[in-house]
Amino acid sequence: MPVKVIIPTPLRAYAGKQESVELQASTVGEALASLTSRYAELKKHLYADDGRLRSFVNVYVNDEDIRYLQKDATRLREGDTVSIVPSIAGGAQS
Amino acid sequence: MATKTEISTTPAAASQTAVTLSNEEILRYSRHLIMPEVGMEGQLKLKQAKVLCIGTGGLGAPLGLYLAAAGVGRIGLVDFDSVDLTNLQRQILFSTTDVGRPKIEAAAERLHNLNPDIQIDRYETRLTSENALELFKDYDIIVDGTDNFPTRYLVNDACVLLKKPNVYGSIFRFEGQITVFGYPDGPCYRCLYPEPPPPGLVPSCAEGGVLGVLPGIVGAIQAAETLKLIIGKGEPLVGRLLLFDALAMRFRELKLRQNPECPVCGNHPTVTKLIDYAEFCGIRGEEAPAPETSVPEITPKDLKSRLDRGDDIFVLDVREPHEYQICNLGGRLIPLGDLSRRVNELDSSREIVAHCRSGKRSAEAVEFLRKAGFRKVLNLKGGILAWSDEVDPSVPKY
Repeated sequence: MPVKVIIPTPLRAYAGKQESVELQASTVGEALASLTSRYAELKKHLYADDGRLRSFVNVYVNDEDIRYLQKDATRLREGDTVSIVPSIAGGAQS
Repeated sequence: MATKTEISTTPAAASQTAVTLSNEEILRYSRHLIMPEVGMEGQLKLKQAKVLCIGTGGLGAPLGLYLAAAGVGRIGLVDFDSVDLTNLQRQILFSTTDVGRPKIEAAAERLHNLNPDIQIDRYETRLTSENALELFKDYDIIVDGTDNFPTRYLVNDACVLLKKPNVYGSIFRFEGQITVFGYPDGPCYRCLYPEPPPPGLVPSCAEGGVLGVLPGIVGAIQAAETLKLIIGKGEPLVGRLLLFDALAMRFRELKLRQNPECPVCGNHPTVTKLIDYAEFCGIRGEEAPAPETSVPEITPKDLKSRLDRGDDIFVLDVREPHEYQICNLGGRLIPLGDLSRRVNELDSSREIVAHCRSGKRSAEAVEFLRKAGFRKVLNLKGGILAWSDEVDPSVPKY
């Protein structure tokens, strides 16, 4: 299934400076796996050591949070947009 | 979603029959008064409203200005910082002549000049777990215009505990997030993000920065939401996370749900009082020595005298190309992110001094190179900032 993954500004540095990536996937898990295999550095920013999605990173399919769908197993349809939305705090440099 | 629930922002209007507008106020607020959505009723609600703004920086500036202009009767300001030159690119409350003044003083003066009829409460203090509940309790609405994770979780938890709405906005480079937390039956910040990022994973100053107008737009949206909550009109930004991308000039909206397992507002809360938010965010206190001090260093003065002496030293600049354009020490530019790929460009037999802006990224570079087998590699202590201070003040700081 061709889908679009939107990369947020803070993570673009780890994803070839892309704003979005088009890829083939039938679930959210597949889409993220495909993304992190393309951009290995992104992996540690998305997943904790135990393999779970980090708690300051949310993933949406269109406008729905996958935590309230079927999480990684959430099915994707052609043309769906997957958004990665990490928490941002502002400008403090400490 | 509970869009119909009106926040009880003020004591019942009936008991406040004494509150009226003077003729001058009627003229001042005429563009509100002639709109039925605000009208006299809404304007009197604004006059009786009490809003606490956490932070008077980029977000707090447009927020404070619009709330004051709109006639919000009591505005509390919390900040402990002083105005510096780098603030003026976006913090439109302040003027060049304010540099060096406490923000709270400059902000209160500016808002008072804009609207002398309203009360401005100044709290020149850092918001802490010890003072937050006491500070918040007198206000109807809290607006989060802070710039760091510990304070954001603190503001959230205090608002949930006191059942007060928290008008949230945050920014990064050219992206913003805005929503209203703490509304009856609505989600809170921890429903959205149960935990903050560990400090090491927060984008460093290399990727930081912010488009000056971005907090202007986000803060103005926070002001609009605050005014709507006060007058009880329209559809509040509850249960919706508004994302704004100034570069693409695009708004998107995501659904936000209350998490039944939320540790602070869920069915079985485990956070029932304010905690140590620095600890929660993995920050052990600002005085703690940073790990990078463990790599071998050279001071700017020592590097200068060795270069002047003609020692064979390879200066490696690990900043980004756009930073190199601001100023440089004539070193070879290999951004930290490219270092592992371009390590073959370096000669391990030569002595290498790595530097960045402040010494943090170059410490990572030194550590990486030492692990890669480079023996003679040093970190320039304090980076270009220290070089400017200690060796050559003609090099600009940024």
